[in-house]
Amino acid sequence: MDSHNIMFVILSVFMVLSSIATVVSKSIIRAATYLLFVLLGTAGIYFLLGYTFLGAVQIMVYAGGIVVLYVFSILLTSGQQEKLSKNIVSKVVASALLSIAGFGVFLFMLLKNKLFENVAALGAPTEAVGTETNSIDQIGHFMLSSSEGGYLLPFEAVSLLLLACIVAGLIVARKS
Amino acid sequence: MFFDFSKVTNWLHGWLTGFMPEWGAILTESALVLLAIIALYAVFAIIMIYMERKICAAFQCRLGPMRVGPWGLLQVFSDVFKMLTKEIVNLRKTDMFLHNLAPFLVVSASMITFACLPWNKGAHIIDFNVGVFFFLAVSSIGVVGILLAGWSSNNKYALIGAMRSGAQIISYELSIGLTMLTMICMTGTMSFSEICMQQYEHGWNIFRGHVPAVLAFIIYLIAGNAECNRGPFDLPESESELTAGYHTEYSGMHFGYYYLAEFMNLFICAGMASTIFLGGWAPLQIPGLEGFNDIMSAIPGAVWFLGKTFFVIFLLMWLRWTFPRLRIDQILSLEWKYLVPISMLNLILMALAVSFGLYF
Repeated sequence: MDSHNIMFVILSVFMVLSSIATVVSKSIIRAATYLLFVLLGTAGIYFLLGYTFLGAVQIMVYAGGIVVLYVFSILLTSGQQEKLSKNIVSKVVASALLSIAGFGVFLFMLLKNKLFENVAALGAPTEAVGTETNSIDQIGHFMLSSSEGGYLLPFEAVSLLLLACIVAGLIVARKS
Repeated sequence: MFFDFSKVTNWLHGWLTGFMPEWGAILTESALVLLAIIALYAVFAIIMIYMERKICAAFQCRLGPMRVGPWGLLQVFSDVFKMLTKEIVNLRKTDMFLHNLAPFLVVSASMITFACLPWNKGAHIIDFNVGVFFFLAVSSIGVVGILLAGWSSNNKYALIGAMRSGAQIISYELSIGLTMLTMICMTGTMSFSEICMQQYEHGWNIFRGHVPAVLAFIIYLIAGNAECNRGPFDLPESESELTAGYHTEYSGMHFGYYYLAEFMNLFICAGMASTIFLGGWAPLQIPGLEGFNDIMSAIPGAVWFLGKTFFVIFLLMWLRWTFPRLRIDQILSLEWKYLVPISMLNLILMALAVSFGLYF
């Protein structure tokens, strides 16, 4: 056990507990808060792995963007003390089927990639991992390169999609 | 010649690894740094509260606190002790967990951004190659705390204050991000230590980047003031309409945390302005004046950093006590119709200046 292992265990326990709390919580705004903790824990794991850029993006986009959006929409739409709906039979069956299907896909991917056989070799991140960092200018060059392994086309496609979303939002919100 | 703080930290690290394993030494150092951050946080908050009261008094032709201690120096300390001894009121029919959590979210986001500031050469606490981006990311967590505070207070004034504050902070983050992007465009790096080192070697960014840098500096000051919910943009807590905004229902030290975070966000905003535009710990150097440069280099970097930061804080306080409060629609149209387009044009101007080599 070195310090990276200890931090990994702390972060994982924190994330697992917060994820369970997110699903179990009755109050929707509490669920959003627990989700914030899960996302911050994920960012912590990225920092532990030495991916500082990815960690910062995780905090910026998810913790600072998505959760704020959730909380904002909860504040704008619902009244005080908004509770979740009752657990009726069809809802329970549908969620059980969905979770079993999700777990099945997860298990299939694990078995297909022979992860169980390599699991002993995998282990938690150690101190050796955090030394190699992808610098941000490397990422920037990949993002805007049109050569092999470049991401110019997806990058431009995503920016077009975002522009379309902004225009659509303006049209929906406009007072005609 | 210029004092490098990393000598001290290297010596400490060597001394600690002498009798404990590597990770133990790092843990001890982290604890020491944490203590230092918390102590500095409290000390600067006290200094700034006194400064605000005196400056406010000066602009309103008053004297400010004069009774407790010489020139009222002990007034802030007695205020702090009063705040610490107050009762924390638990409200009925509210979500107690979120109500108690919200101030800690706000204050911890502000403390992490506080740790990004460069105090001296070699005295950077958080220093990644994506430092500026990390700073922007962490500062956006505070909004969640403010929104949760407004919601969990179960009070209409608090909720309206929180909504106004959230809308304002999210909008003005855009301008801050764009102005920082403008400066990153020139420096070519996002790491705070490298930004400071460049300015130490080639001169402050505000002189190197001339017109676009000065424009970016002015936009940053306006947006930073709004980001701290201060100055003419303090309508989330406009006391005449909303009692106190999102922290109406908080008492004792929980209110104290919001108060602390508000003042320290001002300090962080000013510190960031001095890091990115005014050189951080880098002393003022004029090419060709050797004697002057030597004298300036003899002043330690921490003094330079704090001097620049308090100069920017003074500018922001001047702004606050001079202009009347804006309405919410005026605030949002100022951001979306004026500041964002101007800072986008400014970014293009800076990109042109950099690609044609038109900077120093």
